[in-house]
This record gives sequence, structure tokens and C-alpha cells, in this order.
Amino acid sequence: MSTLQMKGIVKQFSGVPALRSVEFEVKAGEVHALLGANGAGKSTLMKILTGAYQADGGAISIDGKEVTIQSPQDAKALGIQCVYQEVDTALVPYLSVAENILLDQLVSSKKKGFLNWPSLYAESEKILRGFGFSIPVKMLVEQCTLSEKQLILIARATVQKAKYVIFDEPTAPLSTKESERLFQIIAQLKSTGVGIIYISHRLPEVFEICDRITIMRDGQAVITTETAATSMDEVISHMLGKSFSEEFPKVEVPIGETVLEARAVAGGKVRRADLHVREGEIVGVVGLVGAGKTELARLLFGADQKDSGEIRLKGRQVRMTSPKDAVDAGIVLVPEERRKEGIFVEESVNNNLSVATLASFSPLGFICKGIESKQSRDLVQKLGVKTADIAQLVGHLSGGNQQKVAIGKWLNTDSRIFMFDEPTKGVDIGAKSDIYRLIGKLAEQKKGILYFSCEFQEVIGIADRILVMFEGKIVKELSRAEATQELMMYYASGGE
Amino acid sequence: MEGKKFSLFDFVYKYGTVAVIVIVMLLFSLTNPYFFTYDNITDILRSISIVTFVAIGVTFSLIVGGFDLSVGSTVSLTTVVSASMMVWYEQGVVATFVIPIALSLLVGLINAFLVVKIRIPDLLATLAMLYIVNGIHMTYSKGYSIYANMPMTDGTTAPGKFQEWFLWLGQGKILSLPVPVILTFLLVAITHIYLTYTRQGRMLYMTGGNLEAARLSGIPVNRYRTLAYVLSALFAGLGGMLLAARIGTGQVSSGGSMLMDAVAAAFVGFSVFGAGKPNVFGTFVGAILIGVLLNGMTMLNLPYYAYDIIKGTVLALALAVTYYQLRRKRKA
Repeated sequence: MSTLQMKGIVKQFSGVPALRSVEFEVKAGEVHALLGANGAGKSTLMKILTGAYQADGGAISIDGKEVTIQSPQDAKALGIQCVYQEVDTALVPYLSVAENILLDQLVSSKKKGFLNWPSLYAESEKILRGFGFSIPVKMLVEQCTLSEKQLILIARATVQKAKYVIFDEPTAPLSTKESERLFQIIAQLKSTGVGIIYISHRLPEVFEICDRITIMRDGQAVITTETAATSMDEVISHMLGKSFSEEFPKVEVPIGETVLEARAVAGGKVRRADLHVREGEIVGVVGLVGAGKTELARLLFGADQKDSGEIRLKGRQVRMTSPKDAVDAGIVLVPEERRKEGIFVEESVNNNLSVATLASFSPLGFICKGIESKQSRDLVQKLGVKTADIAQLVGHLSGGNQQKVAIGKWLNTDSRIFMFDEPTKGVDIGAKSDIYRLIGKLAEQKKGILYFSCEFQEVIGIADRILVMFEGKIVKELSRAEATQELMMYYASGGE
Repeated sequence: MEGKKFSLFDFVYKYGTVAVIVIVMLLFSLTNPYFFTYDNITDILRSISIVTFVAIGVTFSLIVGGFDLSVGSTVSLTTVVSASMMVWYEQGVVATFVIPIALSLLVGLINAFLVVKIRIPDLLATLAMLYIVNGIHMTYSKGYSIYANMPMTDGTTAPGKFQEWFLWLGQGKILSLPVPVILTFLLVAITHIYLTYTRQGRMLYMTGGNLEAARLSGIPVNRYRTLAYVLSALFAGLGGMLLAARIGTGQVSSGGSMLMDAVAAAFVGFSVFGAGKPNVFGTFVGAILIGVLLNGMTMLNLPYYAYDIIKGTVLALALAVTYYQLRRKRKA
């Protein structure tokens, strides 16, 4: 029986270890789940297997014979295929379904000259029918639904005599019925001797279809076990690692009246979200990547337009057609994508810090540069931004210091609601504790705080109350006392 | 952090443009004794005054991260319209000023509508406007340049003529300084102060620096982008009127070559003294560079159709330097 083995795989990104000697194997005719929290190293490991990255150390072998995978072509030649999560990056929208399915053949074909369209269509139709799919092969891919696109990718992967197929979060865009269909296809592939690596955040389906489970944490494979020999609770505790210790003491603040209230807010991915935040209260909103946290934050900030629902501030309804309306009303957001949305990398620390408060010291439209630079220097000191000078370009600062600047621009506005979207992402530990302390101080000043994050441990440490999101819905509210990482992970993975 | 090591590129980047201007002027003055005279210097400044107006407009659109290709056509439009107000319709100050200015504001608003509201990429939207506005000015003038006593299509002669005070704007002198040069200095100073010292100026730069971050910082970015396109068209329009005043004719298609000169000036301006972004002072220096080159080439009796080679080369060089610097910065 054929076996694919990865041994002692090591990978670093600019000195930061992403994978530390990972062991992983998948056998022919098995469905092997690869699980782990965000950032555990699953994607990196799979990118090494598909040739998108090169490992810094370790070996990959098939049936005991060592193989080298330097490029995606190498991986494909060895029969390793991947059905990516972002289907659109792997498909050509303005080509037909048939062309997309047979894309690899068309690209690598030695035949010169004209395409044989009738045989192209016939062949792709045969492949689709083999799976019981009915997608018109002449249709353009851009007209296909998300699940159809995924089926096309699966068809493309298998047409190549794939021996190993990686499914990366395949059910994320699918309905329950479509998921069932996918599971049938996986079973079918399995019965023909294909080895399947299955990556998913949804534990119930993992337990339904997988034979074995490997769990990764902090760049290592911590355990590989038969599915039958484990339980969901055990899997979750392996994913989270050692039990939670409170690194960052929480500031206790008396909680006041309700400031912000959202009723049945819906739009984009978000489905009917109800929430409220009170004075001095830190509300954590958790969920896995793709649960809709960022989308919810953007709706509450007016950065995206909601389809329905209402937002009330101190009982009064606020209309938001743009972030300006939110800022004027006293709601601010520190966005997730810091470099793209939070800061101006080509501008100085000074210009970044004053962008939201400029009006207050610009009589007749002229900026009082003295007041401006004084405010900036005060903020730099207050936030502990490590910069030589306020004239320094923000792009030259470290991630943590950039984040402090992104937060700092709001501090002197008299906003009442502060929203933070993954504020500690890509931030070193020192800056992290500075940011927690800052958020604690805002709570002391009776600000209401919404803290969106997929770092469960952090949220337990900082929040008074926790809302868990799953697939665009707030599925559970937990008090600080009852919240555990296990419980949060359970609800965040679709547990009822 | 940046090293203190001397880098030849950084030096060239910061002072290259100014150095080139000085070197070119020295070279020209060696080959032609007339070059370095007061008359010739004011001549150069006068010749670049209109381009500077247009280039400052382009600078505004670049500051908000956009681009305005329609400025040349706007120049042509206001040139013939202001001329026709006096020559065809015997209008006074009010109509001669208000109507062309209103038209250029309208062009700016349409540009803004297409780019900001409909979200057509700036190059394509203003390319369309380039043709539309150009077509309008041709249709309006029926393809004829407008001058005093010109024959009208109905066989009569045009009733009006260019007003003295209008011509003074383009040809007059105050204390032996040409009026258009004074107007240019004024415009450079005012727009420089506006962009550097006012809140609106800062917001324009922030909008262009990172549109999404600016929006999420509560800046009404669409308003500022609209403002930039309107100002771009307005300065082009003023440039067109100044052009009519200088040559005393409403010359058709006179703005056609302005686009290229203005864009080149604005991009040369990126690097002046290491600004690294569009700025009015740099744009002015860029316009001077182009003016000096053209003036020198005229003196050397180069054929005028070769000028575009030089101008295109200047633009390519300026772009090369700007984008090379950008890449270095990204890597750092």
C-alpha cells in the first residue's frame, strides 16, 4: 500500500520558526484530518507538500522512496493535488468549465496547433458524470456558483490520476446538502485508493468522514490518532495546548449603562447579529477565521453597508453611510489589516497620529503645527511607541509600534465605542501587553469596547463577556466566569 | 532604520533635477551668450507659466492618487471660449472670466463623477473626457482659431476684439516682471501653502497615501477626491485663459501639447529635494527644467518636431527614478 511521509519538516520565515520538525503521513485509501488552531502551521505544511514553499529541512518520501518537490509541477507529477479554499485563485473565470477541468492537460500538452473542442467537451463531461455532477461544460466558470467551482476543482484534481488529494476547508462555502455530496465524492475517491488530507475547522464532519487525525500546534504535530480512539473534547484540548494561564491581569472596572446596541444587524456574511456594549465593558467577539468577525466590525463602523438592522448609541439610532458618520457619532475601529487599513506607511508618525483630530486645532483651516506635534509627542509617550522622532515614517516602525500608532490616532477623539479587530496580530509580546494595558485604560474611562479576535486565550484574559461567532451568526454568549477555551472552540466549530 | 551611509542614488534622487537644470543652463550659456540674460530668463519663466498652471492641476490629481488626462483639452476649451466671449459676443470682464471658469469646473465635476462615483479607473475616465472636451472645443470654434476681425461663417467680420486688460494678463509687466510670471509665482505660493499648512491639504495627501485607511479614519475621501479633480480642471482652465491672453488669439487645439509637459513636470517634481510625493514646489522646478530644455533647443535651432523626443525622455527618466525609488523603499 502506498504511503506518503513527511519527516522532520522545518520551515522558517525570516527567522521565525513556522514548522519545527513536523512528522506527518497519509496512506492510500485513507482520509486523514489535519487539524490545528489558526497559525498552527497546517497551511505552511501543505504548501511545502504542494511545492508552493520549500522546506528548510526534513524529507518527503513516497513508499519509502525520497522525493524532491521544488515546484507545483513536481508535486503534480508525483500525483499530489490540492483543492484550495480560495477557489477563484485556481480557476480562470472567462474560460469554460471544460477548459478549466482539463487546464493542466492543455498547459502541459505536447500537441501543437488546434484544440479538438468536441473531444475536450466530451472528455470533461465524462469526468463530471463519473462523479454524478451535472454542470454544463460549455458554461463559463464565472457564471458558476461557488460550490460548482469547487466541484470543478475536485474534478480537475482527480482527472490527473491523483494519488493524494488535499482538501483545504472544502465545506466552508458549501451548504449542508452540498457538503453531503462532497463527502460521497471523498468516499468514492477513497475507495479507488486515493489518500486524502482533510483540513477543516468543523469538527463534527471531521469525526464523520476521517479515519485518522493529526493535530498541529505551534508548528509541531502534537498527536496522530485513530478517529475512533479519540473524542471532540480531546481534540480541542490538543489544539489549544497547555491550560490557560492568565498572563495579563485584567483591570476590574465598574460597568455602567448600555452605550452601543445592535439589533438584527445583517449584511454580507453577517446574519442577524444582536449585541450590546456597556460603559467600561470589554466585549470579546470570537470565532475562527472566516466566521464573520471582521465583517461584523465593518458593518458596525459603516465601512460596509448593512442590509438590515439598526445600530443605537445611547438609545438613539445612528445612520451610517460611511465611517465618517461612525467617527462623528463616536464609534471608532482599529482595523485588522493594519498596513492596508490602519496606518499611512508613507506618512510620518505625527501625520498618522493627528489624522482624526486635526479639525480641533486647525482654526480657519490652518494646522497649528505646534499643538499638533505636542499632541503627537504626548501620544508617543503615552503609548510607548518606539520611534526616534515623530517625523519618522510609520512604515519604518515595527508591527507592534505601527499598531500603537493605529490605535493612537483615536485616543484624543472623544469616542465612546472602541472596536479592535485582531489588534495583536503580528505584534510582539511586549507590544501586546502594552495594547492590553491601553484597552484596560480605555475601559476605566468608561469607554465601551468590542474586541474581535480568534485568539481565544487573549479574549478570556481581557473580556468581561464573550460572544462566539460561527458562520456569520453570533451563536453563543458566555460570561467571563463560564468561558473556557474548550467551550469557545466548541461553539466556534459549530457545536450545538 | 536608514543607514547613514552615503548613497549616490539618494543624492542624485534629491538634487538630480536641480543639478540638471544648473548644468543645462551652464551648457546653453556657454554656447549662446544671450542665454543667461535677464530677458531670456524672464522669457523662460513666461513660457512655462501656463504649463505650470496645468501641471499644478495635475499635481492635485496625483496627490489624491488619481490622474487627469483631460487637462490639455480643458486648456483648449477655455482658450477658445474666453476669446470668443470678447471677439464674437463683445462681452466684458464678467462673462469672459465666469463662463470659461464655470466650464472648467464642470469638466472637473464630470471627471470626479466618473472616477469617484461610477468608479471608472482614472486614466480611462479622463481619457474619455479628453476626447469629449476636445470635441466640444472644436465644435464650438468650428475648427477656427479666434482672433479680432476674423471672418465669420456668415461672411461678416467678428464684431469684438481682445480687451486690453485681458491681454495685460498675458503680456503686461509690473516693475519689468511679466504679469504671467507673477501670477505663476502667486499660484505656486498659494497652492504650496494650502497643501502644506492647511487641514484640507493634509487630508488630500492622506487620501492619496492610503485611500482605505483614510476612509476608515473618518476622512470623507470622496469629497477630497472630487475637490482634487475640480481643482485640476480649474487650474487647467485658468491656464487656458492665460494662454489666450498671451498670444492674443483663441488658438484651437493649443492645449494638446500641454498634457505631456504638465505630466512630465509633475513627475519630475516627485523627486525634487527628496519629497517622494507629488508637490507643488517640485512641479514648478519640473516645469522650469522643461522650459529651460525647450528654450535651449530653440536657440540651438533644433527642429521643433524633435522636442517631443526630449520631453518624452525627461518623462521616462523621471518615472524611472520615481518608481526605482519606490521599489527601494518597499524593500527597506
